[in-house]
Amino acid sequence: MPAEPVPAEPVPGRPAAGGAHAASLDAPAAGAPRLLARAALRDVPWEVGVAKPDPAIVVDGVTRTFGGLTAVSVDHLEVQRGGITGLIGPNGAGKTTLFNLLTGFDQPNTGSWSFDGRPLGKLAPHQVARLGVVRTFQLTKALSRLTVLQNMLLGAQGQRGESFWRALVPGTWRAQERANTEKAMELLTRFKLDRKKDDFAGTLSGGQRKLLEMARALMSDPKVVMLDEPMAGVNPALTQSLLGHVKDLREEGMTVVFVEHDMDVVRDISDWVVVMAAGKVIAEGPPESVSQNQAVVDAYLGAHHDAPLTVEEEDRVLAEAEAAIAREEGADGDVIGSDTRREEDR
Amino acid sequence: MGELIDALAVALKAGLGFQAIFLALLAIGINVQFGYTGLLNFGQIAFALLGGYGIAISVSQWGLPFWVGVLVGLGAAVVLALLLGLPTLRLRADYLAIATIAAAEGLRLLFRSVSATPVTNGTRGLAGFNGDFVALAPWDTARQYPILGTRWSGGELWVTTVGWALVALSCLLVWLLVRSPWGRVVKSIREDEDAVRALGKNVYLYKMQALVLGGVLGALGGMVYALGTASANPDQYQNANTFLAYAALILGGAARVLGPVVGAMLMYFIIQFADTGLRTLIGNGIIPEDLLSATDVAQIRFVLIGLGLMLLLVFRPQGIFGDRREVMLDAR
Repeated sequence: MPAEPVPAEPVPGRPAAGGAHAASLDAPAAGAPRLLARAALRDVPWEVGVAKPDPAIVVDGVTRTFGGLTAVSVDHLEVQRGGITGLIGPNGAGKTTLFNLLTGFDQPNTGSWSFDGRPLGKLAPHQVARLGVVRTFQLTKALSRLTVLQNMLLGAQGQRGESFWRALVPGTWRAQERANTEKAMELLTRFKLDRKKDDFAGTLSGGQRKLLEMARALMSDPKVVMLDEPMAGVNPALTQSLLGHVKDLREEGMTVVFVEHDMDVVRDISDWVVVMAAGKVIAEGPPESVSQNQAVVDAYLGAHHDAPLTVEEEDRVLAEAEAAIAREEGADGDVIGSDTRREEDR
Repeated sequence: MGELIDALAVALKAGLGFQAIFLALLAIGINVQFGYTGLLNFGQIAFALLGGYGIAISVSQWGLPFWVGVLVGLGAAVVLALLLGLPTLRLRADYLAIATIAAAEGLRLLFRSVSATPVTNGTRGLAGFNGDFVALAPWDTARQYPILGTRWSGGELWVTTVGWALVALSCLLVWLLVRSPWGRVVKSIREDEDAVRALGKNVYLYKMQALVLGGVLGALGGMVYALGTASANPDQYQNANTFLAYAALILGGAARVLGPVVGAMLMYFIIQFADTGLRTLIGNGIIPEDLLSATDVAQIRFVLIGLGLMLLLVFRPQGIFGDRREVMLDAR
């Protein structure tokens, strides 16, 4: 017992790092962005199209049709700044199409959307990216025949050496290149890819490519990161590390929107979940609200999948089965039928 | 033995001659477009035609100075690149390939057509436009100079000197570009243009720059060829030359600065060596006349080149300078 006060004593006097960490756990309002977003969304009703306290992205009346198929038809959707918004839905729900529309890779038939109040409707993908909205792809796009470090450097914005004429005068871009390389190495270290920096990206494993793609997106200092199935095809250990990285993005104040199928992952990291089915937003709310939502369960598993049979229905099914057995087995069908029933009861 | 050395000397001359320079410049241009940026330009010869005729028409027909002719040729190449690129570079890679191959054939037929005869002089072509250029030579162009066992005329020597200087400058330009962030962007476009778009780069602009640069290099090649032959004829600019340049590029190694140059030199060396060597062997009776006659040699040398390329692709797909690891990444 006398030993106990000894380790406890230094705690109040510990350096600031430990103190800040403790504060982020104990006092949510004190500045941990994760809990800020949670707190801000606490009083938001669980309704489709609900207004958020501080929306970064606002989508209004966006539709996209391919021939006769309406892939996306979203009336109103707001994405909270500084939070992690999970976008879920069954296959073909229009999640990736919505991503493509938001990042300029596809143009909608109608509707408008804005980022920080600036309309994005007519912008090309690279213009959207320059505003600070970067995305990753469902099928990872590592640039195979470039090294990992070159992949990273490509992500940096505003590079002077990327202009044709200035490229010819190395003096104009050397210093910037050095700074970018330093930043890239820091990110690679964080994503544990620093030892691979001179390998071709094409030699990386699937999970490492996912990491590289995320790290490359971060090179551009984005405000919004849109991740299309970041965990698809990644082993469980790496999933944990990727989850950590996604949470880190929020800690750094970025807004994260991600598409995911794994509900455990969604529940673990999202502050807010948006559920799509057949191109529409059918539900939104905090992660715990969504799994109880009848519309969501119906969309994933089909309506009436687990509605209990009524007594009449049960009797009818039973009678049909017995009649069938009786037809096959002839006179002693009844005996066998009751035998079977008895066996089932056991 | 002496004949073999003679054949080697003749082949060496071909490997250093203006035709090799022509092929090298075409291939350097294709290397920028295809090797680094991933653009399929199957009509590189159209740019060479505009380069050659830019000088020929300006000087012979319009009476303009030589230098203006050079500028006209380069300007025409830029315009052609923009015309081809504007509609196709937003689309998939195949559309540029289709447009360029059609432009190459179309332009050649246009230049040799009757209605264009007042300007291009039709199939008879143009001549006598290189006087200003030859006059610039610092040595006596009328004399013959023996170099490495072959004889070079002063004019020939001047064209090749200027030509290799152009090749060297082009290589320097490409080297500077591909090691810069600009080069990193175009190489990334070759790998996956959507990823590059998502990172905030204007892919269309970079593709256009690469197409124009490659076209200008092709135009320079056409100028060297026109000055080397001292004439411009539409049928000199057959689109087969584009594919010969592709072969040279693959032989030397794509996406390598010196790949297209060495590939072009080797290509002409091998073609000429096969030609002279086979003729010598037939003349000596070592190859019997009824197996292979001297008239077949012109065809058989290309068969040999084709076989050589096939062996190259099987055993060294990366070409002479390429990086095998890099090429193998594609096969996965």
